[in-house]
Amino acid sequence: MSEAVSALAGATSKGFVDVTEVGLVGMVTVRGDLGDAEFGKAMSAALGVEVPEARRMLVTEGGKLLWMSPDEVLFVCAHAQAEARISTLSEALDGHHHLVANVSDARAVFEVSGTGSAVREALAKLTPADMRPSHLPVGEVRRTRLAQVPAAIWFDDENRATIVCFRSVAGYVFGLLAQASKPGSELGHF
Amino acid sequence: MLILTCPYCGVACDETELSAGGEAHLTRHGPGSSDGEFEDYLFMRENPRGVHFERWRHVYGCGKWFHAARSTATLEVFGTYSAQVLIPPDDIRAAVSAKVPGWQWRDLT
Ligand SMILES: [Zn+2]
Repeated sequence: MSEAVSALAGATSKGFVDVTEVGLVGMVTVRGDLGDAEFGKAMSAALGVEVPEARRMLVTEGGKLLWMSPDEVLFVCAHAQAEARISTLSEALDGHHHLVANVSDARAVFEVSGTGSAVREALAKLTPADMRPSHLPVGEVRRTRLAQVPAAIWFDDENRATIVCFRSVAGYVFGLLAQASKPGSELGHF
Repeated sequence: MLILTCPYCGVACDETELSAGGEAHLTRHGPGSSDGEFEDYLFMRENPRGVHFERWRHVYGCGKWFHAARSTATLEVFGTYSAQVLIPPDDIRAAVSAKVPGWQWRDLT
């Protein structure tokens, strides 16, 4: 098998927040009726974590489970673990109407870190989503857009956010984040 | 700026995170319908100044279609509701009536 590489080979930018392309990250999309208790039970057993409430993210041994829509969750784990998780999930969900797909290499992942409200400030320049802690607390996932492309944002803690976008626009998103965090361009809004 | 809350994921979406789907609650007339009905279905749309019912899609988010009741004159949003209904539910119509007594939209009041 060919050697997997991430979109930007770990590119970094230093500004009033630091931007790092995280490298290879495993991502498994699961689609099915999250409102169906039996489906939820089967998926929970396979991943070892409850079905998250709407917009929430649950952290578990070896991964995170993110609510994406009423019929979609995303499991984020180590890149090498994705295929094994897919086997477990496919087996557990057999008999339920579902889809399990390895989307790891279809995405790019960035970590944005800084102090105070710097991270929220940089992101607020790029998205119409409300970046106040009251509206995007740690543990909640916001799917939105960054300038002209779709992205998902969550805060791992107050000083660190993760951004996921499509791999094809990784360079564009890195450029946006680097530009939005240029020293001297702080807005002091938050 | 228009902000609509997606009834499926609960996110308060900016207009630019959504895709507009035009007038709500159209009846599809296809094969077997009269020319007049088919023309109505394809072309004839409400264009109110005031209360309006529309379809929107949360395209930069959960991806679901939903319905919205709003005023085209003031941009006030009366409510958003499921895509799986043929007419606005009672609570939405009550919310519109509370703000705009005597409203009419097509044959709904
Ligand atoms: Zn939504």
